[in-house]
Amino acid sequence: MKTPIYMDYQATTPVDPRVLDTMLPYFRAFSTASSAFQPNAWLQIGDLIGASSKEIIFTSGSTEGINLSLKGVAEMYGSKGKHIITSEAEHKAVLDTCKHLEKQGYEVTYLAPDKTGRTTAEDVAGAMRDDTILVTIMWANNEVGTVNPIREIGALCHERGVIFHTDATQAVGKIPVDVEADHVDLLCLSAHKIYGPKGVGALYVRRRNPRVRLVAQMDGGGHERGMRSGTLNVPGIVGLGEACRLCAEELEPETKRLNALRAKFEKSIKSRLDHVAINGNEEHRLPGCSNMSFAYVEGESLLMGISDLAVSSGSACTSASLEPSHVLRSMRVGDELAHSSIRFGLGRFTTEEELEHAAKIVIAEVERLRAMSPLYEMVQEGIDLSTVQWQAEH
Amino acid sequence: MAYSDKVLDHYNHPRNVGSMDKNSAEVGTGVVGAPECGDVMKLQIQVEGDTIVDAKFKTFGCGSAIASSSLATEWIKGKTLDEAGKIRNTEIVEELSLPPVKIHCSVLAEDAIKSAIADYKNKNTTDR
Repeated sequence: MKTPIYMDYQATTPVDPRVLDTMLPYFRAFSTASSAFQPNAWLQIGDLIGASSKEIIFTSGSTEGINLSLKGVAEMYGSKGKHIITSEAEHKAVLDTCKHLEKQGYEVTYLAPDKTGRTTAEDVAGAMRDDTILVTIMWANNEVGTVNPIREIGALCHERGVIFHTDATQAVGKIPVDVEADHVDLLCLSAHKIYGPKGVGALYVRRRNPRVRLVAQMDGGGHERGMRSGTLNVPGIVGLGEACRLCAEELEPETKRLNALRAKFEKSIKSRLDHVAINGNEEHRLPGCSNMSFAYVEGESLLMGISDLAVSSGSACTSASLEPSHVLRSMRVGDELAHSSIRFGLGRFTTEEELEHAAKIVIAEVERLRAMSPLYEMVQEGIDLSTVQWQAEH
Repeated sequence: MAYSDKVLDHYNHPRNVGSMDKNSAEVGTGVVGAPECGDVMKLQIQVEGDTIVDAKFKTFGCGSAIASSSLATEWIKGKTLDEAGKIRNTEIVEELSLPPVKIHCSVLAEDAIKSAIADYKNKNTTDR
């Protein structure tokens, strides 16, 4: 078993050797003709999300796809209205793009998710106005894995004639996605989250019922039906296609396998440690995501002690800005839970042996840090921490 | 995050972790920070005459916070209350090579020392 054990599959994924094999010939055989690979990649991506190959355009990844969707729609439909609805739990790519649009005179409503990170169709309906032109809600959250009720939100948007974009970066290839059945108008994905290469992704743009149009954000040549100029990343696209194909093929068995592994992992930790909370929605959650808070132990100090594992924390100490995870904040479960949170990501190459080792390490380190923790000591003495007057200088 | 060797050392082998009887007249207890901030330090001193003969700490916080408080207990042992009260956070920053984003951890450690001293003095002031 190699260390460090990789358990950060939501951050990025290694390139599957099978994906790399399909890409290499395209580096060796130089050709500018896209027709050589054209049918495959478009079809493979379309298959995975239930779209026609004609509705796929290639990008450098979801960040670009999000920028193109949000800015492209805002600019195209700005005369119809200037109101956009999103959620506080979105990825920074969505939030920062919304902030940019606010500076341009658009109004954005940031819905607060519930305690599990979920945004409902009722929430969206409550915020809709006559001048709403776009709703953007992520399919699955990257930090806590919560899956949103996309089908209901999409149905609502179609009913009201509002364009619906979803950041499906974490969902595609992991849970069923069908842009038709789920009433989606715009959807973005990135190859590097599904065992493909970094630097390439795709954006689905609906052509019928309704036809969605975007103002291009990258000009110069009019590639991708005028929506996204720039020479195509041929080997990257081939890799993305193959990555999608593999995901489609393995989705069902992988889901079962990861759900079982995660359940075992969470159980072994909770059976040995008290005061452990699972962040997110346990009923509607990505199979590979396990975000846990270990009360009275700070996340960064825990990360230091489990350096054999590659994971991430929502603690303020791990971010350069000293702000705790905005997702956990939006769930309003308290900054303390954010400070003690660790995200464990399971994926295609995770083994049971790795998880057993990981659980052992985590339990040992949490116990060690709790023995050093004044908060844990107070709790053991029966003190209710919420009644304590803290001496905080900052 | 790149930690200095000294921070890692204190993290892996913290000095003086533990608790003293906070009700004892010889003990001064300082608790600083807040859980919502991600940093809470409890530092205790045992005083004989005006010298700190023993010190213990417990910290909820990142590696730099743990190291800062561990180092603080090392430094104050054997010092008089006055000497210990003169320890500056900048000395801790230098010793542990703390990056700018972690300087506040050393400030909290300095506060913890002062808080423990103040508590001890409060308990041992003779009213006139």
